[in-house]
Amino acid sequence: MIDVLIVGGGGAGLRAAVAVAETDPALKVAVVSKVYPMRSHTVSAEGGAAGVIAPGDTLDEHCYDTISGGDWLCDQDAVEAFVAEAPKELIQLEHWGCPWSRESDGRVAVRPFGGMKKMRTWYAADKTGFHLLHTLFQTTLKYQDIIRYDEWYVTKLLVDDGRVHGVVATEIRTGRIETIPARTVILATGGCGRVFPFTTNAAVKTGDGMALAYREGAPLKDMEFVQYHPTGLPFTGILITEAARAEGGWLINKDGYRYLQDYDLGKPTPTPRLRSMELGPRDRLSQAFVHEQRQGRTVDTPYGPVVYLDLRHLGEAKIDARIPFVRELCRSYQNLDPATDLIPVRPVVHYMMGGVHTDLHGATPIAGLYAAGETACVSINGANRLGSNSLPEILVFGRRAGIAAAAFAKEHREAEPPAVRSQGEDERRRLERAREGGRPRNGRGERIADLRERMQHTLEGAAGIYRTGDVLAKAVDTLAELRERAEEARMEDSSTAFNTELINLLELRSMLEIAQTIAACALNREESRGAHQRTDFSARDDAAFLAHSLVHRAPDGTPSVGLLPVTITRWPPGERVYGRD
Amino acid sequence: MTDTTQAVRQAAGTRTIRMEVARYRPGQDAEPVFQGYDVPLMSDWAVLDGLNHIKDQLDGSLSYRWSCRMGVCGSCGMTVNGEARLTCGTFLSEYGDGPVRVEPLKGFPIIRDLVVDIDGFLAKLSSVRPWLIREGEDLPLTAEYAQTPEQLEAYKQYSMCINCLLCYSACPVYVLDPDFLGPAAIALAQRYNLDSRDMGDRFDVLNQEDAVWGCTFVGECTKVCPKHVDPAEAIQRYKLTAALRSVLPWSRR
Ligand SMILES: Cc1cc2nc3c(=O)[nH]c(=O)nc-3n(C[C@H](O)[C@H](O)[C@H](O)COP(=O)(O)OP(=O)(O)OC[C@H]3O[C@@H](n4cnc5c(N)ncnc54)[C@H](O)[C@@H]3O)c2cc1C
Ligand code: SF4
Ligand code: FES
Repeated sequence: MIDVLIVGGGGAGLRAAVAVAETDPALKVAVVSKVYPMRSHTVSAEGGAAGVIAPGDTLDEHCYDTISGGDWLCDQDAVEAFVAEAPKELIQLEHWGCPWSRESDGRVAVRPFGGMKKMRTWYAADKTGFHLLHTLFQTTLKYQDIIRYDEWYVTKLLVDDGRVHGVVATEIRTGRIETIPARTVILATGGCGRVFPFTTNAAVKTGDGMALAYREGAPLKDMEFVQYHPTGLPFTGILITEAARAEGGWLINKDGYRYLQDYDLGKPTPTPRLRSMELGPRDRLSQAFVHEQRQGRTVDTPYGPVVYLDLRHLGEAKIDARIPFVRELCRSYQNLDPATDLIPVRPVVHYMMGGVHTDLHGATPIAGLYAAGETACVSINGANRLGSNSLPEILVFGRRAGIAAAAFAKEHREAEPPAVRSQGEDERRRLERAREGGRPRNGRGERIADLRERMQHTLEGAAGIYRTGDVLAKAVDTLAELRERAEEARMEDSSTAFNTELINLLELRSMLEIAQTIAACALNREESRGAHQRTDFSARDDAAFLAHSLVHRAPDGTPSVGLLPVTITRWPPGERVYGRD
Repeated sequence: MTDTTQAVRQAAGTRTIRMEVARYRPGQDAEPVFQGYDVPLMSDWAVLDGLNHIKDQLDGSLSYRWSCRMGVCGSCGMTVNGEARLTCGTFLSEYGDGPVRVEPLKGFPIIRDLVVDIDGFLAKLSSVRPWLIREGEDLPLTAEYAQTPEQLEAYKQYSMCINCLLCYSACPVYVLDPDFLGPAAIALAQRYNLDSRDMGDRFDVLNQEDAVWGCTFVGECTKVCPKHVDPAEAIQRYKLTAALRSVLPWSRR
């Protein structure tokens, strides 16, 4: 039996694996991932990872930026733990070989980032996530006892009497379906940006882990908080990192005007000012875009309205030295050169602040079940994550979850209950049925892609940058109906070898569960806070909603939303001020 | 990432391009066969967008790998009109009126359709000990090992590999001898060898007939590499290091 089974081979999952291996080499640890670990989405992160290291910076300032950035919805004990451990984790990565960019004297360099008052974002040019993930993956190869299930897809958590006992997974290559018993399970499955039509998120980000936990009765937290990043390329949704603005890039409307000065974000200066203008927080920048659009000051393209990111004044040399990947992406995917051309950009769904509800050690309410990384909600991100906080988050809480799971596995040595085997058998039959094309319907049924598109547009229409109650209420119903229709979706591939259609179907079902929780939580929160803006309740309401949303799945599959108080330690709720000091 | 269906709708009535896609279903096909599909020829579509259109709208049974759609996850390497390419970074319009032939990467066993078996590569990756090797006490987690920008530059290029395997597919040595350690794995060994923080030695793995000495310096790997890693140079440099070592055994790198 496996002691610690980690679902997910991204940054959070691999960091957890090393933590377990280092805690006690005798423990059996396994990493199950639907893609080879180095393909995980962490690889796409560009801008950097925040950690206090520069002289003149303090842990308290990082805490304050994070908490005010999150519009006071962060749990402050979690933020304090996170901020204190982040620098150690980044140094640990350095000791494992991560090629961090350097100052001329050989120290690690830091850059400014949106919503951060001090320079504290470590970076490896503009491929930070890529280097971080490859460094971690290569380091795990040193621990030859870590068992890897590469390209295995987890379909179900085995839970009996409030305690997890392993997973059911299918090997994509062969279609083999197996029950993998385990004393503890860590979900490190990443985010769910794919529930929206236009996102920076890779194809694998379908919220599987959130759905797995939710189906077994674990609550999800703060699902209404979806981050739009202000600068995505219009057709592909490829992200142009915030580092481009940190290095001095400007956002301009169709008149060439730096419009952010009209939105209480400070006054334009030739060089970037921290926590001001283009370096304001992402929620506020994305909201400003919508207002520009309503006033007709954006530019129409076949892929919707855009504004421009102007990097031309930075010059070729600086662009190549600091943000070479931005130039590469613009050239290869948008056919333009940022050294001489304006970059068309628009807000794009980027990050899920919500996730599986956990404590400071990644523990969920189900005994033995842990979650870490973007799939979890501790919560340090509150109502709006600050850029460059999630890479350190996956490290800090990946490690914490690994240590906690290892301890649990050492204490609980009992054998699995018989109920678990029969659950596994039921799941096998369900999967085989799905693969065989479900109930016979003479090739009818709707296409997976069409259902997916309906879901995405329903959610975007209701739970985009601005939201209203009646549209959200309708969306909850539409999504419930789509969830039923997905049970009857058409399958054209019944083979066992690398059946990606089956995976797409299972992913669609995960996404539909998640989409419903997003709409339900957004409907329940009758206030505006951070990334959640209601036109029918436009003010923050601390009296009623200084609280997390906690959503459970009712037996009939409908989401039921409650509230959980926020932990405040040292920073009482205040006004979010940018560019005004 | 892309809202393809909407884009297709907007462009209704545009030209199409023929994609000829290799299909192989184990147990069903004795060998790969080509299947043709007409997809809209959109100016900003990559070959991968064409495949996604097929999968979503025309034939749900087509299998291939992809994820990031931004040239960094390394999943989507295939053979496009005979050349090893990242399909997310190759515009369909590059092929004019078509047809565009899409096949799996050459040199690897085919699992299904466009999906190849890369486990052999993963074993090679592990074999070069691709992690930082230190001797003596580790620094505490309060200080970093110093490394100047110049020292970083010395190995940086070799750290850019996304494991897409285009270089293996293009390498005539590898295609004949699957045991050849190959370009990306050797480049990765050099990434650590040349890192000022590393104290390891990878001579035993690299100084082999199936490793650096297997390379006949065709240089195709460097030509196809989408990330400018220059694995050919990495190999040539290590040949020099290894040769020197046989005359001066105490020299390390
Ligand atoms: C384009 C982009 C740029 C970003 N830039 C930054 C940045 O500069 N700084 C920053 O701090 N953050 C950044 N982020 C956010 C950050 O990258 C992510 O939040 C973080 O990498 C998530 O890591 P993770 O380990 O939680 O998940 P992931 O890396 O997404 O890994 C998830 C893993 O789970 C596996 N998995 C999922 N479902 C299943 C299943 N059913 N069965 C088996 N395995 C499964 C996958 O195979 C994968 O291995 C960026 C995000 C994007 C999209
Ligand atoms: S060396 Fe280049 S071509 Fe080869 S795997 Fe790495 S990135 Fe791909
Ligand atoms: S899809 Fe990731 S490299 Fe092409």
